[in-house]
Amino acid sequence: MNSTGIAHRFSPRMLVVFFGVLLAALTLSTLAISPAHADEINTDKYDYVLTGNAQFDGEPLDGVLITVTGGGYEAEVKTGVDGKWKIGVPEKGTYKVILDEETLPEGVVVTKGGAELTAEFGLTKVKSVNFFLGEGVRTTVPFFDQFLSQFVNGLNFGLLLALAAIGLSLIFGTTGLSNFAHSEMITFGALMTLAFSGLGLPIWLAIILAIVLSGALGWGLDATIWKPLRRKGVGLVQLMIVSIGLSLAMRYTYQYFIGGSTSQLPGAGQADLKFGAVRISPIDLASMGISIVVLLAVSYFLLRTRLGKATRAVSDNPSLASASGIDVDGVIRIVWIVGGALAGLSGVLWAYFRPGVSWDMGFQILLLVFAAVTLGGLGTAFGALIGSIIVGLFVELSTLWIPSDMKYVGALVVLILVLLLRPQGILGRKERIG
Amino acid sequence: MSTNTVPNGKPVKSTDLHIGAAEPGCKKRDPILVAEGVSRTFGGLKAVDVDHLEIPRGAITALIGPNGAGKTTLFNLLTGFDKPDTGSWTFEGKSLAGMPAYRVARMGQIRTFQLTKALSLLTVMDNMKLGAKGQIGENLFRALLPFLWRKQEEENEAKALDLLARFKLDEKKDDYAASLSGGQRKLLEMARALMSDPTLVMLDEPMAGVNPALTQSLLDHILNLKAEGMTVLFVEHDMQMVRHIADWVVVMAEGRVVAEGDPHEVMKNQAVIDAYLGQHHDEDLGADTEHVEAIKELLDDKL
Amino acid sequence: MIDWGAIFSNAAVELISPTTAAYALAALGLAVHFGYTGLLNFGQAGFMALGAYGYAISILTFGFPVWGAVLVGIGASVVFALILGIPTLRLRADYLAIVTIAAAEIVRLLFTTNSFASVTGSANGLSGYKLGFAALNPIPEGTYGFGPFENNAYDWWLRIVAWSVVVLVALFIWQVMRSPWGRVIKGIREDEDAVRALGKNVYAYKMQSLILGGVFGTMAGMIFALPRAVVPSNYQTSLTFFIYAILLLGGAATILGPIIGSMIFWVLLSFFSGFIARAVEAGWLPFMTNVQAGQLRFILVGVAIMLIVIFRPQGIFGNKKELAFVH
Repeated sequence: MNSTGIAHRFSPRMLVVFFGVLLAALTLSTLAISPAHADEINTDKYDYVLTGNAQFDGEPLDGVLITVTGGGYEAEVKTGVDGKWKIGVPEKGTYKVILDEETLPEGVVVTKGGAELTAEFGLTKVKSVNFFLGEGVRTTVPFFDQFLSQFVNGLNFGLLLALAAIGLSLIFGTTGLSNFAHSEMITFGALMTLAFSGLGLPIWLAIILAIVLSGALGWGLDATIWKPLRRKGVGLVQLMIVSIGLSLAMRYTYQYFIGGSTSQLPGAGQADLKFGAVRISPIDLASMGISIVVLLAVSYFLLRTRLGKATRAVSDNPSLASASGIDVDGVIRIVWIVGGALAGLSGVLWAYFRPGVSWDMGFQILLLVFAAVTLGGLGTAFGALIGSIIVGLFVELSTLWIPSDMKYVGALVVLILVLLLRPQGILGRKERIG
Repeated sequence: MSTNTVPNGKPVKSTDLHIGAAEPGCKKRDPILVAEGVSRTFGGLKAVDVDHLEIPRGAITALIGPNGAGKTTLFNLLTGFDKPDTGSWTFEGKSLAGMPAYRVARMGQIRTFQLTKALSLLTVMDNMKLGAKGQIGENLFRALLPFLWRKQEEENEAKALDLLARFKLDEKKDDYAASLSGGQRKLLEMARALMSDPTLVMLDEPMAGVNPALTQSLLDHILNLKAEGMTVLFVEHDMQMVRHIADWVVVMAEGRVVAEGDPHEVMKNQAVIDAYLGQHHDEDLGADTEHVEAIKELLDDKL
Repeated sequence: MIDWGAIFSNAAVELISPTTAAYALAALGLAVHFGYTGLLNFGQAGFMALGAYGYAISILTFGFPVWGAVLVGIGASVVFALILGIPTLRLRADYLAIVTIAAAEIVRLLFTTNSFASVTGSANGLSGYKLGFAALNPIPEGTYGFGPFENNAYDWWLRIVAWSVVVLVALFIWQVMRSPWGRVIKGIREDEDAVRALGKNVYAYKMQSLILGGVFGTMAGMIFALPRAVVPSNYQTSLTFFIYAILLLGGAATILGPIIGSMIFWVLLSFFSGFIARAVEAGWLPFMTNVQAGQLRFILVGVAIMLIVIFRPQGIFGNKKELAFVH
């Protein structure tokens, strides 16, 4: 007997159970008290170090979770038995240091200054950050309010994913290409915005120029690489691998020019406005507004205009479309321009959401964009929209239950589960599958 | 095995295949394949809706019909390549409903495809050997121990050489299948199907895209299958060919069987003329429509 | 002046380094998947991570002997292959690509998260699992070899084991691919419906191929972990892409291709970065910093992937007619 037998006995139902157990394990693991371990992280990797000491009444506190974020970098560590912690950071910059009050012993809270501090390096490479701890009762944010907050975050994230996903989906639909270099088109928009605003242009103008250039990039990639390869009759798998090579080359070209650091766009990190329980920054509001307007415009384009209908026709069936007189190459050119511009805009919004512009920012969400497109059904633009919102909500809401460093895991597990139960995606048409 | 013994003249027709009147769904004296209530819809369109169909054993049956009549879809359903919405069907008395394609093939019901599926980057000989049934070395662990399967491999090779000689492909045996012409690929696909000693051979448009020079030889090969005791069911558009070699004709239109009967009789049937000939009244139903057919069938497949 | 001797000698070290062997082995696994069966596995990094972590965790947390740890790693990759294969092998090829790439990321994130830090060491990874392997070393203490190939006893032991595994796996693949099993596998690459129509259980064969190539990837992960620590950031998607680069360089449907491809890849990469770094130091490339020089090689890997796929899809050793791409 060979593995055939095993394969057959291993039913889909068992797989669902397996993932269920996996998720349960993840959830439980956050509740379990984990023993004290590494009180230092990345200190041998980076030159700059944030350090501190958690004490209450002169007694060191063990196992307090400290998180450092900033410039696209994130690391966390638990204090050791001596109450000390150290986190190495990649560059001299400004970081948020957050103490997780949940991990403090009963009856101890942060008394002054809040559980979130800002740390900036002075002349030395080591900066110490200490929290004021005292006796008190913790006031926790009600679950529903947290939920609402994360929901709004997720919606925002989903909408910006959708901008990129629709472009990817249109390109897939019309050319059959799974474009791994889409992530670099996302990064391109943010990079151009950074460059133009660095030249002193107002941010709105910088963004518009960046989007125009992103569209031009889409056109350029099609004209110089993809169209000649289509002409040559290169197979789809080959094209996919070419896009992987292109993605690598573009990504490291970005790093070549801007290095590994993270820069902020003007206006990032503005103070939050409060709407009831929901805290949201003006930038987030603007981001959601822009996404919705652009997505409506794209829908109008696809549903109402001649060109949009032609695009959908090519997507449905290129040979029939070509036979009925549609200029397939022209449609594909438009799709690349629109896809590039949408990806560029998505990159700008992603730079504000993270926040920060870095060389691999697009690559960080590429899989989520693919997940969104697959969830919605490969090649259907509106499926990509719905898939994106689901992925965005799932990623942000899952942090209510699982640690935030695993938030992408949930979304990817859902992707696999959906493929298991509904392989054609949520909106996809049933394929004939063997 | 006999080689080139087929008469080039008038083939011997099998007669007296049915019981009662030759009407859609009529009983056969010795059916090999019986379908009952098989239907398949694609997005609201009923592609196949067959109440009852019997295919006679030991004869050549042609499945004809206008574009989009559901012939290829019916082929896919009967061979397990597609799943019907309703219906059941039996092959040699055993139910095939819900059976995966590879097990249907193992039972002796082998098909070919309209768009030839020669395995381009395998040699002609490897293509042939792949067709043989029950190979010991096709198990991963036994594959490691050549002494277990070498003898069987040599037997298969001899058998393949014999078949290739019959199909005049023996000189190409070490070439990649990709280097063959369209007609030669059709021949290879047919020869490969014979490697498994099937009882029912189902040919989906064996003549499509074949150089006219090869047509006669293909016809002879199909007649030869019958001479060797196999049953043949084929989809075809070329009426010349149907008249020439088919013992029985099943006409489909809009997913249903509209007529059955002897090839000469069935052409006079009013339902057939309405459904099939009516469309192309003054067109020669010869080879010219093939190109358009392929595209339209492709479109059907995408539904 | 540039020290050419050092550059060449550093490059030559890579020729038989355990890392080169590990990449060759992982590429052999991908050759089974992609080159022979036509399966788009973009999660080879995940298989490698399972090997490295399966081995290290078995020893560090559970105190298993070396052979037990190896079996745990292989077992984990078989389970992983089943989880990937069951939902996707019935679907179109690109679904497998998306699911494997996602699953490999899930694996990496699970090894990175702080939640399991006591077992996985989270972002810092694991080390200190080499004693058992070193204890099996029959070579007496001392230094052997010459020039760039001078190593101590442990390093030679590691190299001998690593390359022996590569040779054994290559022989294994060579044997099964010339058997009737390999014929079915190659037939599936060409057209799985045709193979199905000939009575072969295509799904089972694809599953066997996925497991087989995945196990080779897992063994590669173990070899990869032996000269260094196990750190989750080593197992990113880029790792899979580099292995694809090696596979395509050598020829996807060949046995020698992945091995020679890995040697060429590492020797050239080392030579190139050595040369550029020293050229920058010598002031030959005034517009470039040393850090930028390091990134230049990744740009070149990307460009090389594109050029090979477009202009020489069969790789260096591939038969010109046997282009290893699914149509």
